[in-house]
Amino acid sequence: MLNETNLGLIFLSAFVVNNILLIRFLGLCSFFGLSNNVKSSIGMGMAVIFVTVMACSISWAVYTYLLIPFKVEYLRTVTFIFTIASFVQFEEIIIKKYIPALYKAFGIYLPLITTNCTILAAAFLGIDYRFSFIQNLVFTLGISAGYCFVIVLFASMRERIDVSPIPAGFKGVPIALISAGLMSLAFLGFKGLFKL
Amino acid sequence: MSAQHKLVDTKSFTSGLWKMNPILYLMIGLCPLLAVSSAVKDALGMGVAVIFVLTGANVTISLIRRVVPSHVRIPVFIVIIATFVTTVDYSLTAFSPQLHKNLGVYLPLMVVNCIILGRAEAFASKNNIINSALDGLGMGLGFTIAIFVISAIRELLGQGTFMGLNVLGRNYTPFIIMLMPPGAFLVMGFLIALKNSIERRGQKNVK
Repeated sequence: MLNETNLGLIFLSAFVVNNILLIRFLGLCSFFGLSNNVKSSIGMGMAVIFVTVMACSISWAVYTYLLIPFKVEYLRTVTFIFTIASFVQFEEIIIKKYIPALYKAFGIYLPLITTNCTILAAAFLGIDYRFSFIQNLVFTLGISAGYCFVIVLFASMRERIDVSPIPAGFKGVPIALISAGLMSLAFLGFKGLFKL
Repeated sequence: MSAQHKLVDTKSFTSGLWKMNPILYLMIGLCPLLAVSSAVKDALGMGVAVIFVLTGANVTISLIRRVVPSHVRIPVFIVIIATFVTTVDYSLTAFSPQLHKNLGVYLPLMVVNCIILGRAEAFASKNNIINSALDGLGMGLGFTIAIFVISAIRELLGQGTFMGLNVLGRNYTPFIIMLMPPGAFLVMGFLIALKNSIERRGQKNVK
C-alpha cells in the first residue's frame, strides 16, 4: 500500500496527516506533562526526534536480520522495548554530562521517554507497513518531527491559556484537552491533502 | 502509606476507582483511552486486557520485589509487563481476531502504558502480593470505567448506537466529529472538568 509511494509522501503523511499526537493519540502523557512552557517542550521534542530515529532504525535492523531469520517474531515487543530502553539510558547519560540545565528541566520525563508510546509505536508501525530501511528512516523522522512540531505549538498556546480567565472547573488539564481537541480538528483538515 | 503495614487493605482496591482514578486524576495511560474509545465493544475489550495485564504484572512484580536489585528494576518490570502483553496479544489473535484487528497497534503498545509501569513502580514494588493484586484490579477497573463512559458517550453521539444497538432512533443525525480524533479530546476534557467541579462542590460542603 504505502510501498509504492515516494519518500516525500511518507514523510508528510507521518508529519501532518496522521500526526502521532493529534490523530493517532500516542505519546500523550508527555504531551500534557511537558507542554507547560515552550522551552522544555522544545527540549523534549528534540530528545524524541533523536531517540525515535536512532532507536527505530536499530529495532528495524534487529527485526529484519535477527527475529525474522530465527522465526521469533513474537518476541518483537520485548526486543523493541529493550532496544529503546537501552538507547534512552545512553541518551540520558550524555545529556546529564553535557547539558545539565536541560537534564534538570526534563526531570522525570527523560526516563519516561522509554515509556513514551511515540517511539515504540513508530517502531511497530514501520514494521507493520513493511517499509524498507530508508522508508522506515523517513517515516520515523516524520513521526517524531510531527511530535516536536505539535508539542511546541501546543506549549505556546498553553502559555497564553494560563493567563486567560476560564471557568474554575476547566482550569489546568480540561482546558488543555479541549484545546488539543480543537487543534486536532484543524489537523483533520490535512486529510484531504492527498490520498494514500 | 498505611497499606504497607496491613496484610489486606481494601483501600488499595477502592482508591483506583474514583479518588486516584488513573485516568481522571492521575492523567496517565491516555493513549489507548482516547484511541480505542469510539465504540463500546472495543473499549471494553481494551479494559479487560488492561485489567489482566495490570493484575498479572503487579502480582509477579510483588513476588520478586525482594530479589531484584533496585537499579535494574525498571528493565525487569518492563520485561515482565511485555510478557503479559504478548500473551494477551496472541490470545486475542487466536480467540477474537476481529477485536484484535480493531485494537490494532494499541494492544502491543500497552507495554508502554504509563498506568502499568507506574503502578509497578509506585505500588507493587513496595507492597505484598494480595494488596498488589487488589491495586491492579482496582486501577484496571478504574481504567475500564473511564474508557466505558467515554466510549459510551462517543458512540451514542457519533452513531446513535450503544454496543451496536440503535438507541436514538433512525431520525437521529449523527454527530460525526465524536467518532473522529477531536471528539475523544473534547469528551475527555469535559469529563475531567465535571469531576473537578464535583470535587470542588464537595470540598465547599465540608467547609
